[in-house]
Amino acid sequence: IVSTFNNYNDLYPDWTQTEVSTGTSIMAVEFEGGVVIGADSRTTTGAYIANRVTDKLTPIHERIFCCRSGSAADTQAIADAVTYQLGFHSIELDEAPLVQTAASLFRDMCYRYREELMAGIIVAGWDPRRGGQVYTVPVGGMMTRQPVSVGGSGSSYIYGYVDSNYRAGMSKEECLKFTAEALTLAMERDGSSGGVVRLAVISEQGVERQVILGNQLPKFSTV
Amino acid sequence: MASVSVCQYHSGGFSFENCKRNALLEADINKLGFSSPAARKTGTTICGVVYKDGVVLGADTRATEGMVVADKNCSKIHYISPNIYCCGAGTAADTEMTTQIISSNLELHSLSTGRLPRVTTANRMLKQMLFRYQGYIGAALVLGGVDCNGPHLYSIYPHGSTDKLPYVTMGSGSLAAMAVFEDRYRPNMEEEEAKRLVRDAIAAGIFNDLGSGSNIDLCVITKGNVDYLRPHDMANKKGVRTGSYRYKHGTTGVLTKAVTPLNLEVVEESVQTMDTS
Repeated sequence: IVSTFNNYNDLYPDWTQTEVSTGTSIMAVEFEGGVVIGADSRTTTGAYIANRVTDKLTPIHERIFCCRSGSAADTQAIADAVTYQLGFHSIELDEAPLVQTAASLFRDMCYRYREELMAGIIVAGWDPRRGGQVYTVPVGGMMTRQPVSVGGSGSSYIYGYVDSNYRAGMSKEECLKFTAEALTLAMERDGSSGGVVRLAVISEQGVERQVILGNQLPKFSTV
Repeated sequence: MASVSVCQYHSGGFSFENCKRNALLEADINKLGFSSPAARKTGTTICGVVYKDGVVLGADTRATEGMVVADKNCSKIHYISPNIYCCGAGTAADTEMTTQIISSNLELHSLSTGRLPRVTTANRMLKQMLFRYQGYIGAALVLGGVDCNGPHLYSIYPHGSTDKLPYVTMGSGSLAAMAVFEDRYRPNMEEEEAKRLVRDAIAAGIFNDLGSGSNIDLCVITKGNVDYLRPHDMANKKGVRTGSYRYKHGTTGVLTKAVTPLNLEVVEESVQTMDTS
């Protein structure tokens, strides 16, 4: 809801008053020993790209990340709050927190404030008890564990690709290739997704991050 | 012992009581053919860039009220702390008060920690306040400074989202300024090059955006030193009138002249000194 005072003339273009959204394509895949997460890097205000190198893979704890989609302000605020809560919980427990705990914290906040928030989050990470896990918390505040999950406005275009190309028991390298290709396809078709592909592998050894720049993205046939 | 409370207890948050009244007034005014008064905005081009030794912040100096320029030389680069400054676009009152509130809180925090404040702290405080007000505080900010971890630059949007980047622009002229940055930005520039780049970016906003104009203010922040250059560049100096519009004596013929002296006597004189102790 934008105040009606501000509609005057063309002095202030539309994008100065639209809320900032991470249009987005995000994805997470489980493999034996960890998870691979990926995201595009575009943040839009209306038709203007406010940040073309956004990092949507936000660390919540040492081996737990979240992929953010929806309103930039809402997801940043939620992620900051959950990071605090999880850090506190981990110190009390004196051990590494479970990925499921992090996902539950996200779910509690996203469900309680579902009317006020616009946030689609994928929580992924590694913990010693259950290994690599991916939990998805879409708008509305549901929480469910999936071996592979896609999200954001660009995800609509790659459900077919993901469903047909995912196989259980893929290796880390296969998962990276799978994620990079899926996100590239999504970015190609979705106007609100683009920029670079950010990837991260979370496992017992820690977190390895990489960036695939625009000219290095996998090439598909140009129609 | 009965205590009389004079002020009513604030229930907290915004009071929306006047919204219904405003809606009725707006309808009445529109029926008469007038438009209701507009909040003063800083149409604005603001930007910032990280260079080798620190950050350079830049801003234009025009404040608009609808289609009229309300202030031809307003200051949009606000002080947050000795090592942190913040440019503000959006509603002028909101940017002014928000930066003052955070500046005050940051000074208290700095006294409590005993350390120079960090830019990321100011960023946290600003984003948490703006998120709390869900975008109703129309403040779009470019926050920059140098602390123990080096130079930092953030852009902060009214709804409370922030981006940490090497170069940012905000305001209605941000597209014009960003075009200049995307063309000529390089990492680790020298100070003169960075100042030239920011000056040109703001100039692009001033000359291509109706909501921005007048002069270019710059603020160069390095470790241990701040150069607040206001104005850095007077890009829109008022011209000198080439002709005189005064009429020479004798242009109008005088037909009659009558002089009536007014004799005023001092009746009473009293002096009251103000107590300035």
